[in-house]
Amino acid sequence: MSAIAPERPRRFTRPSPKALLGLAGTAVIVVYCLAPFYWMAVSAFRRSSDLFAISALPSPWSLENFGAVMEAKNGFLRALLNSVIVAGTTTILTLMIATFTAYALARLEFRGKNLLLAIVIATSMFPTISLVVPMLKLFTNTLHWVNTYQAMIVPSMSFALPLAVWNLTAFFKQLPRDLEQAAMVDGCTAGQAFRKVILPLTAPGVFTTAILTFIMAWNEFVIALSMVNRGSMQTATVAISRFTGATGFDVPYGTKMAAGVLVTVPLVIVVLIFQRRIIAGLTAGAVK
Amino acid sequence: MGPQGMKETTNMRHWLPKAGMAVLAASLLAGCGSGSGSEDAGSKPPSFKGRGPITLATGKDTTGVMDKVLDQWNSTHPKEKVRMIELSESADEQRQRMIQNAELKSGDFSVLNMDVVWNAEFAANRWIVPLPKGEIDTGSMLKPTVEAATYRGNLYSAPWTSDGGLLYFRKDLLEKAGAEPPKTWAEMKKTCDKVLKLPEAKGMSCYAGQFDKYEGLSVNFSEMIHGAGGSVVDKAGKPTVNTPEAKKGLKWFADAFKDGTIPKEAITYKEEEGRQAFQKGDLVFHRQWPYQWALANAKDGSSKVAGKFNVAPLPGLDGPGTSSLGGHNLAISSDAKNKATALDFIKFMTNKENQKKRLLLTSQAPTNAALYEDKELLKKFPYLPTLKASINGAEPRPRVVQYGDATAAMQEAAYGALSGKTSPDAALAQLQKKLAGVNSK
Amino acid sequence: MSTVAAPPPSPTRPSSGQQHDPASAAKKRKRDTTRLVAFLVSPTVAVLGLVVGYPIIAALRESLFSEKKGLDANGFVQQGEQFVGFEHYIDLLSGEAGERFWNAFWNTSFFTVTTVTMETVLGIAMALVMHKAVRGRGLVRASILVPWAIPTVVSALLWQWIFQANGVANAILGHKVLWTTEGFQAQLAVIVADVWKTAPFVGLLVLAGLQLIPTEVYEAARVDGAKAWQQFVRITLPLIRPVLLVAVLFRLLDALRMFDLPFVLIGAHKGSVETLSMLAYDEAANTRYGPAAAYAVILFLYVAAVAFVFVKLLGADVFSSDKAAAKKSKSRLKKPAATEVPA
Repeated sequence: MSAIAPERPRRFTRPSPKALLGLAGTAVIVVYCLAPFYWMAVSAFRRSSDLFAISALPSPWSLENFGAVMEAKNGFLRALLNSVIVAGTTTILTLMIATFTAYALARLEFRGKNLLLAIVIATSMFPTISLVVPMLKLFTNTLHWVNTYQAMIVPSMSFALPLAVWNLTAFFKQLPRDLEQAAMVDGCTAGQAFRKVILPLTAPGVFTTAILTFIMAWNEFVIALSMVNRGSMQTATVAISRFTGATGFDVPYGTKMAAGVLVTVPLVIVVLIFQRRIIAGLTAGAVK
Repeated sequence: MGPQGMKETTNMRHWLPKAGMAVLAASLLAGCGSGSGSEDAGSKPPSFKGRGPITLATGKDTTGVMDKVLDQWNSTHPKEKVRMIELSESADEQRQRMIQNAELKSGDFSVLNMDVVWNAEFAANRWIVPLPKGEIDTGSMLKPTVEAATYRGNLYSAPWTSDGGLLYFRKDLLEKAGAEPPKTWAEMKKTCDKVLKLPEAKGMSCYAGQFDKYEGLSVNFSEMIHGAGGSVVDKAGKPTVNTPEAKKGLKWFADAFKDGTIPKEAITYKEEEGRQAFQKGDLVFHRQWPYQWALANAKDGSSKVAGKFNVAPLPGLDGPGTSSLGGHNLAISSDAKNKATALDFIKFMTNKENQKKRLLLTSQAPTNAALYEDKELLKKFPYLPTLKASINGAEPRPRVVQYGDATAAMQEAAYGALSGKTSPDAALAQLQKKLAGVNSK
Repeated sequence: MSTVAAPPPSPTRPSSGQQHDPASAAKKRKRDTTRLVAFLVSPTVAVLGLVVGYPIIAALRESLFSEKKGLDANGFVQQGEQFVGFEHYIDLLSGEAGERFWNAFWNTSFFTVTTVTMETVLGIAMALVMHKAVRGRGLVRASILVPWAIPTVVSALLWQWIFQANGVANAILGHKVLWTTEGFQAQLAVIVADVWKTAPFVGLLVLAGLQLIPTEVYEAARVDGAKAWQQFVRITLPLIRPVLLVAVLFRLLDALRMFDLPFVLIGAHKGSVETLSMLAYDEAANTRYGPAAAYAVILFLYVAAVAFVFVKLLGADVFSSDKAAAKKSKSRLKKPAATEVPA
């Protein structure tokens, strides 16, 4: 019966009360997720003199805080660039090697598979703050990596890898083997079958893993703070932590909120653009 | 040993886990066991030779003053340039980074901008070197600031900026009520009773300080104890906090919380929350640092009390109170290269002229005594004489090596008593026990 | 492995005359597979071993040593360390330190159970809504990313801002709650902030799982007359289970190691929100590296135990041997597979 199931877009089969319910759900989620962020943005647009006001809209609107963030001496643009480099490289490398490993775990027969899975996840069980000092020792004395990108990229990779490997393994396993076998019957090698069939079909999973990895790396703070002591190498989160008031007692909340907005919004926009492009591209490949 | 040999050992060290490394490194670099400490402490000429580029590890300075000062130094010392390493805004993280740097023996940080309370810990752990006698002009500096920079008779850091607590009060309301700034806590409460009856004072509270559970509470707690004639530890670092005087001090504030003299929400106040409350006109009296002066006087609408307040010395139980000492010192890291340059740089930073510049641009209190009499400065900072009195009478927070444990214990005791969870007596008895334990750790 | 002389007793297909070839071919294939596995797996192992494996081993060792205590005659901290065996562990679990430890242990567990439960429920709900959303799908996706994308440093500050005595949370409630003081309200503040930030993590992963379910499965179910709730329990949940389990497992790991949020939002040394990670941090900050390492190791073991139990109880899918999993998913996905492969 199912063999001839028509490829109809689901949305037309939904009755309208359900659609209304969905709309309500959508609204609730949007409000829940955005309300605190809204407060952050509103605070960022207030003048520093009425920062503590609790009106729903800033009056008057002011770009003072954003100006303060962008002041040349803060090097915030440079820090954003550093964050892009670190998080971008981390994501690409993590996804690559995690895909390899996940493929082996999902599709190949070998001994010690469970042990490998266990070891990979075990590295996510040690308190991160307790890793900083030994890692710093390793990077300072042995590898001489202080003030380099790899000193931030490699640890970020190690934090993201367990999730990426497990995730991808789960996604790959979710697809039946018949798919590849069919492709191999058509003359594909195992590798080709994987690339042309499995990857496109798990694109939503792979892409979600990439987003999660990117954001994890983008938000990483402790390592970036410890491994780098040159202003020109600092990432955005570290730069934000260095905004202080004139005396050390006064906390420039407004500036930090503005910086938070500046760090978050482009990230979300970029993710959305990529999401459309990549998913569209990959799934298009799969259909054929 | 030659550089080659040094390198060999270094390479070997990486693979030894941390603690083993520290021992090995200590024996290599210090070249002595624990017994030869006295020689080490006294010896200075050989270690202050090198000249060349150095770094300054400091919390970020957004005023940009530091850049200007460094530019000035760098233009006159092209071969001994100073690079600024900006640490995170939080004092705890700054301390962590400096300790990590010391334990790695990396020499990345040459000059450290330290909080005054870290001096004993950094000195006792040999993370910083004693400064040669007669190099820093300590004679011109306020005495408590020099004392706070001294450990076991040796000066370990150069007092750079200072800080003392002030009692901010609403001049306008006190005048209306016909009251003078109070000298004692009881007077303060009496004045409040009068002031709060004024129609303008509707909804206001009497007093607040920094009472959230963090370093600021240790500062305020020390002032409660010292203000009542007690002490937290004696000169040798032995705890002396379980005394009738100390109890009277803590009890006054615990009671003040109970009867509403101090508003309930003050238990969440750090400096900034308190400043907001004062600027909104919620407080008659506020224990605060000098930084509030300029901000609360801002005419841009952020402060409702601009021009309506003044400062007085902190009150005490029976007479004038005692402030805790704040501020920052400059020290030289033990593993720093080019220590001669570092020493010159510290002298440059702490000289009178630079301290004055700093005060004018950042309103950070100087350690140089003469600046408190400077006419030009007095015009801009009328509170300077009060501040000088406050710093001159200030008691340092306990100068113990395990300061982190001591301050945590003080915060625990004070927070418990102020929030009414423990009685002041029990809190202090327990603190006495804990502080005794800290010393043996 | 490859030096075994005798051929395996039962080759894969002991059928007709050519017994040699399949056997040696199988052997070769096995060797090739081993090589391929080594190639595919080694980068991951290398990265993890270098930056995480080494520190963990260093910490294990360090937790058995103690730095010398006290000052010498000249007021210097004594240098050196000594082997103390399991002394730190014993000390941490009893007496005054023990009280603090068990309190932190309880807080850690409490935060983990409450936040992960709420995040899972909320995350699934978010994913379902996003998956079915007809309109504004892009908007929901964008907004769901926001909490997760705000750096923790900033988000902790944001919530501190919201939960101030004079902050907007109290303004909305119309009641002055002192959120950052010791007590249940502080725990509540941490839970609210954590759930807000990480529910999207679960949501995004579950959504990806949902997107892998072929539409035809639902069509079939509807033909069979299954109600929405039945569809969810009988079809959706089992199909997204592997992904959901991974999401929850990693949330568990993170929640058990929670540090920044209570530290920044509420503050250090506050008993009601102190977690095990914070204890480890605090000991290290006071240069007691031995006990700090012991706390870290204890937390590590606790996390490992929780993960183990979780996987044993619920996660058979993820850990199960390949064949079983393949069989399972095959039988589950039989219908869609049948429709898609020929196409």
